[in-house]
Amino acid sequence: MGQTFAQKVLAKKAGLPRVEVGQIVDVEPDVCMSHDNTAAIAKTFAKIGVERVKNPERFVVVLDHTVPASTEEYAKGHKEIREFVAKQGIKAFYDVGVGVCHQVLPEMGYALPGRLIVGSDSHTTAYGALGAFSAGVGRSEMAALYATSRIWLKTPASLKIDVRGKLKEPVTSKDLVLKIIGDIGADGALYKSVEYAGEAIEAMSVASRLVLSNMAIEMGAKNGYCAPDKKTFAFLEPRAQAEYTPIYPDPDAEYEKVLTYDAAKLGPHVAKSHTVDNVSPVEEVEGTKIDQALLGTCTNGRLEDLHLAARYLEGRKLAKGVRMIVLPASREILLDAMREGLVEIFVRAGAMVLNPGCGPCLGAHQGVLAAGEVCISTANRNFQGRMGSNEAATYLASPATVAASAVTGVITDPRKAVRGGGA
Amino acid sequence: MIEGKVWKYADDVNTDVIFAGKYTYKPMTAAEMAEHALEDLDPTFAKGVKPGDIIVAGANFGCGSSREQAATCVKASGVAAVIAVSFSRIFFRNAINEGLPVVELASGTSMIAKDDTVKIDFDKGVVTHKGKEYRFPPLPKEVLAILNDGGLIPHVKKALAATKP
Repeated sequence: MGQTFAQKVLAKKAGLPRVEVGQIVDVEPDVCMSHDNTAAIAKTFAKIGVERVKNPERFVVVLDHTVPASTEEYAKGHKEIREFVAKQGIKAFYDVGVGVCHQVLPEMGYALPGRLIVGSDSHTTAYGALGAFSAGVGRSEMAALYATSRIWLKTPASLKIDVRGKLKEPVTSKDLVLKIIGDIGADGALYKSVEYAGEAIEAMSVASRLVLSNMAIEMGAKNGYCAPDKKTFAFLEPRAQAEYTPIYPDPDAEYEKVLTYDAAKLGPHVAKSHTVDNVSPVEEVEGTKIDQALLGTCTNGRLEDLHLAARYLEGRKLAKGVRMIVLPASREILLDAMREGLVEIFVRAGAMVLNPGCGPCLGAHQGVLAAGEVCISTANRNFQGRMGSNEAATYLASPATVAASAVTGVITDPRKAVRGGGA
Repeated sequence: MIEGKVWKYADDVNTDVIFAGKYTYKPMTAAEMAEHALEDLDPTFAKGVKPGDIIVAGANFGCGSSREQAATCVKASGVAAVIAVSFSRIFFRNAINEGLPVVELASGTSMIAKDDTVKIDFDKGVVTHKGKEYRFPPLPKEVLAILNDGGLIPHVKKALAATKP
């Protein structure tokens, strides 16, 4: 019997010819990522009593969660992190303004095919889009990794999601992943390795695949893999920090389950508050009044997302009473968006374009919600209280649905909205 | 073996309602975190919880963010163990790493109600509720070793000390 991607990558890292589902392996990740929580991790690391970080070249630190610092406390945390990385010789440090970790690691060439990556952030699954095995861990685990470089992982069973046909514009990978999460539930892939495959995935850009892998955690998955291909290699060509060897599942690998979807039949989908698996076709929530629209984040803050949204906003104004926040996923994307005239379209429409960061997505700052308010967002989570008041509601949708809704002031089917040819 | 009074919750209890995002980057002691435990799920919990109480929930407990404070605040509140049908994998790891015992009762927890008493025998892998016994698989030995050392940090300290010449 052949092996899944998860079996092959974990066997390779453990130095074994093969590993079985359920087998625990002790492995050294190639890359370990942490963000603003590095301040807390450094304190936990100090408790271990080891002076120096072992293998500092394996650690990447990105400041993104509350940037620039909104309070003196956050500023203090950032300062401690700057001092920690300098002292420990962690050179892969990206200070405030560079971008959100889940865009920075692919962009800066750390997220590579065949690599084992762990991060103290649940959406670390994102790097599976480039063919890495990539999972979230906790803060104590990151502190232990500073000391030992090692971690135990259980070899997960695998779930294959085969997506045939092609998505019909303006339906995006966000609609697809919301539909899947709605079908199988927030624990539908619990402890499992998800492998996305099929014609629709092959047709997608790297940016679109990052949405699928980012949101694999929202179905409980340990990682969300897309097979690296020419598009992956082209994306990485000017970026890769090291040589890499792609790993592919065997054709006769054993999956716990195989789900099949037809992309051509898929319409826009929305996750209603307060869970990501509370999904319905956009038609069922059309007309719901919104107060705020959030475009961007590590989920949908890439150039193609901004282009798609701009088609609904070019030459138009936000609906009266609606606020819109645009949160590009990185400085590189912001620069591209400026060069391509997208920032001007958003600002003229009445939106606020913020620096790259996480801010409002987790309710840290920069656009949190009051009781009774409704936000439509391209982010990845809509838990109660996440974006501010626990009496506010967040709907998750694609950039097309968010932009179309910002113009009308109510949740709108982007297929019915007026749109231009794109900037 | 532990015995405690039950706080009962449903499926998909996420880490935002266990420990809100607005607190995650604020430096807090474990005791301060405990004051906010389950704040957006059950405002009566933090004030009413007694040392040795047991949380019992449905499937996918601790889903969402990787924030370890979700486990830290529950442990610091005095809760002796969490029983759930299943756990999100990061919460599961965080709980072990914080020295908070977690019991996966895949057969279901719907028979257990708030304020019931449950008994957990970790060695035998048995939960006892109203005279009935429910079995759960014991934790793998690698995982149990971390829990028995009181969490990952003491476990790593012990392991590093053992390798010193």
